[in-house]
Amino acid sequence: MSLSEIATNDMHGENSPYFDGWKAYDENPFHPTKNPNGVIQMGLAENQLSFNLMEEWILKNPKASICTPEGISQFKDVAIFQDYHGLTQFRNAVAKFMGKARGGRVKFDPDRIVMSGGATGANEMIMFCLADPGEAFLVPSPYYPAFDRDLRWRTRVKIHPVECTSTNNFQITREALEAAYQKAQEENIKVKGLIITNPSNPLGTTLSRETLTSLVSFINEKNIHLVADEIYAATVFSSPRFVSVSEIMDEVECNPNLIHIVYSLSKDLGLPGFRVGIVYSYNDDVVSCGRKMSSFGLVSSQTQHLLASMLSDDEFVDNFLMESSRRLAKRHKTFTEGLVNVNINCLKSNAGLFVWMDLRHLLKEPTLEGEIALWRVIIKDVKLNVSPGSSFQCSEPGWFRVCFANMDEDTVEVALKRIRTFVGKGQEEAEAPTKAKRWKNSTLRLSFSSRICDEAVMTPLMMSPHSPMPHSPLVRART
Amino acid sequence: MLSRKARLDAHGEDSSYFLGWKEYEKNAYDDVQNPTGIIQMGLAENQLSFDLLESWLASNQDAARLTKNGESVFRELALFQDYHGLPDFKNELVEFMAEIRGNKVNFDPRKLVLMAGATSANETLMFCIAESGDAFLLPTPYYPGFDRDLKWRTGVELVPIHCSSSNGFKVTKCALEEAYQQAHKLSLNVKGVLITNPSNPLGTTMGRDELNDLIDFAVAKKIHIISDEIYSGTVFDHPSFISIMEALMDRKLQDTDLWSRVHIVYSLSKDLGLPGFRVGMIYSNNETVVSAATKMSSFGLISSQTQYLLSKILSDKKFTRNYLKENRKRLKTRREMIVAALRNAGIGCLKSNAGLFCWVDMRHLLSSNTFDAEMELWKKILREAGLNISPGASCHCSEPGWFRICFANMSEDTLNLSMQRIKALAERIQQCRRGRVTHQDSGCNSRRRSFSKWVLNLCSYDREPDR
Repeated sequence: MSLSEIATNDMHGENSPYFDGWKAYDENPFHPTKNPNGVIQMGLAENQLSFNLMEEWILKNPKASICTPEGISQFKDVAIFQDYHGLTQFRNAVAKFMGKARGGRVKFDPDRIVMSGGATGANEMIMFCLADPGEAFLVPSPYYPAFDRDLRWRTRVKIHPVECTSTNNFQITREALEAAYQKAQEENIKVKGLIITNPSNPLGTTLSRETLTSLVSFINEKNIHLVADEIYAATVFSSPRFVSVSEIMDEVECNPNLIHIVYSLSKDLGLPGFRVGIVYSYNDDVVSCGRKMSSFGLVSSQTQHLLASMLSDDEFVDNFLMESSRRLAKRHKTFTEGLVNVNINCLKSNAGLFVWMDLRHLLKEPTLEGEIALWRVIIKDVKLNVSPGSSFQCSEPGWFRVCFANMDEDTVEVALKRIRTFVGKGQEEAEAPTKAKRWKNSTLRLSFSSRICDEAVMTPLMMSPHSPMPHSPLVRART
Repeated sequence: MLSRKARLDAHGEDSSYFLGWKEYEKNAYDDVQNPTGIIQMGLAENQLSFDLLESWLASNQDAARLTKNGESVFRELALFQDYHGLPDFKNELVEFMAEIRGNKVNFDPRKLVLMAGATSANETLMFCIAESGDAFLLPTPYYPGFDRDLKWRTGVELVPIHCSSSNGFKVTKCALEEAYQQAHKLSLNVKGVLITNPSNPLGTTMGRDELNDLIDFAVAKKIHIISDEIYSGTVFDHPSFISIMEALMDRKLQDTDLWSRVHIVYSLSKDLGLPGFRVGMIYSNNETVVSAATKMSSFGLISSQTQYLLSKILSDKKFTRNYLKENRKRLKTRREMIVAALRNAGIGCLKSNAGLFCWVDMRHLLSSNTFDAEMELWKKILREAGLNISPGASCHCSEPGWFRICFANMSEDTLNLSMQRIKALAERIQQCRRGRVTHQDSGCNSRRRSFSKWVLNLCSYDREPDR
């Protein structure tokens, strides 16, 4: 074979049948006026609620751009700046922002900030630093689907899920951790660490202080690493407040060399296109190694410059964090209340850009097949692209992640209306079981080994589904 | 406790190439604040044509303000993370690449994969083509960063194709075959050859015969060719640049197996002088490589803000044509300056027609024909002349005494100063040699001894440098 195994295997996860949801959206994207019957994108965890705040800031601060007359004197210095330490003002601003996102309860050291190509790059990079091929990381399930690619594909590190269930609202228990650890030991696999996403994707919940303390004790005892992916830190919109691993390090006995944080501005600020990923480690060797590795995914200096300026503006940041949180809370309330009205409950959540929706009562059978069948109906008939729990390695069928922050209010209304209609119809059909059989004859098969649905979409088409206006001239290729 | 990659020093940053940088950082030259500081001549940056970019920006405010037809595109850009890249940007890039090659080759945007810098592009190609433990052959001398970019996280081995000054460091059939055999002896599976054309550090472009030999070799061994063409826009003199694609097309190899084993790496860091923006790319005829690399680019996408700005700049064809022409002219002038100044100091360079540096011959200044002597000379140049240049050993050159000196990352005045310093040092070293010879004469011992001692004192690099 002429190419590498990595290039030709399936570990990138994109051959999963879950891309049918994306395909359905791509082929028929919703538009309020041009295509009101199209598929609504609810599988993309984007934060689109607070752009106007940033746009206003940028208009008022032309110096933050190196291209405007006010900022052009910086053009040359910024354009040649490729130092992998990053612009000092950028690191300072990010450190300050991270502190503010944690309510000022922790102070971050700018010298420990390492850049990476988005959180995607950060997660891969931290694996390269901490684990050798064949070694494993424990990951509580349900988890972000692209971890299968980001943590494993090129690093050859293994993932061992730590099962969490609805019996205790999907909290991570000590027993589950120990069980996962033991299982790895039995398979002769060396566990190098635990990676958690806090606030959680897809659950939208934050870890309690007790749970976090228990996790830190666990890793400390086993002398393994803890990577805390905190990219949703500033999306916390109601109590309990966010407790970062950085906050409890002093309260619990732990070796700081084992603690690392992954961060990004993609969710909190809503800037996934700018590719700002951060690795923050309390381990000097990891900072040093990570910094060298960051050469493979530095943040564009143009972007560093803009964000350094924006995030150094204390008034802007304080207002943004408060307002963004308020808007997320409002959106969450509108959506969850709309669902409750049709007897659909979601896991009680206080963060994130999505809800973890409980549709177990709508399953024809409480199995994976049942979940997939229901999912296909939601895509094809209700025309909502939502993400089935199995794509997050959830062990209980019937849960779905539904994003609510990547659309305007009117679209939320349309989505709720469609759900209401569907549930109403569903009740009728429950009384006519023969009609229900039609969606069981799906010709698409599931592959258990690669059940993934990625955030950063991969579609065979050239169009970006990330654009709120899918046919925007910005992304339409010139012919 | 950490991975092997983190514990070992396969990142290559303990090499002299990086040590010089560290010294520079501690004592950087500034014409006003620190006129006796170290002048950075180890950084292949193109700083000669920023004024052209700046004046374009001043006249094109729409692009600058993230607006399109008066409407803000901020939101769309902020959300744009599609790893296929901004279509406009890719369309402009392929046209720019064609323009650089005199439109003798056309490129298809669907075969272009964007990544955060050539650093990322080179590593990604390794991940796509080779397994850990496989090997790539590289002509020496080569860019020191390859040791990190190609090997570190991929586990790929590099086997040198030795080139020598006897034929201007050209790649020969013999050298290719020898390298292949050497890899075989080491039980390494060779997956391909990686060339940098124009060459870093030589500053030369590959001739047609050389390219044909390489093509024949790759056909015979059924291996890949990666052509890192990031300096393609810096060719300022004849012979003109021949891209690997052109060479293949001229031999009508489009329908052969080799066609899908050829890949180009490109970047805007050297040609446009924008290394901070992290704009790299892979161009490949191989669908599987394009597909895999596109997915891998998720680990290092180009900021959409930057893609947008550059798509605007590159869409102005009049500007790009003029930029390329003017940039080449300025580079040529600079190269002539430095070559003349070095000649004046009794130092020769390899005749070059591209790049941002000269490959300088200082073999005559070595105390012995060894790499230890080269390191000794390098340290003298760093500490006494206050110049950070790159010793040939850091580029894996097989002959001691060659150094890469960059000339496009400073003002003319700074370049002149650096040449004065090097001339002074070269003269001191030559005098020192003559002084040592004199010292052996038995007559007029005491007078001679004190004279020699004085001359030897001049040579000791512990003394305060005379600049």
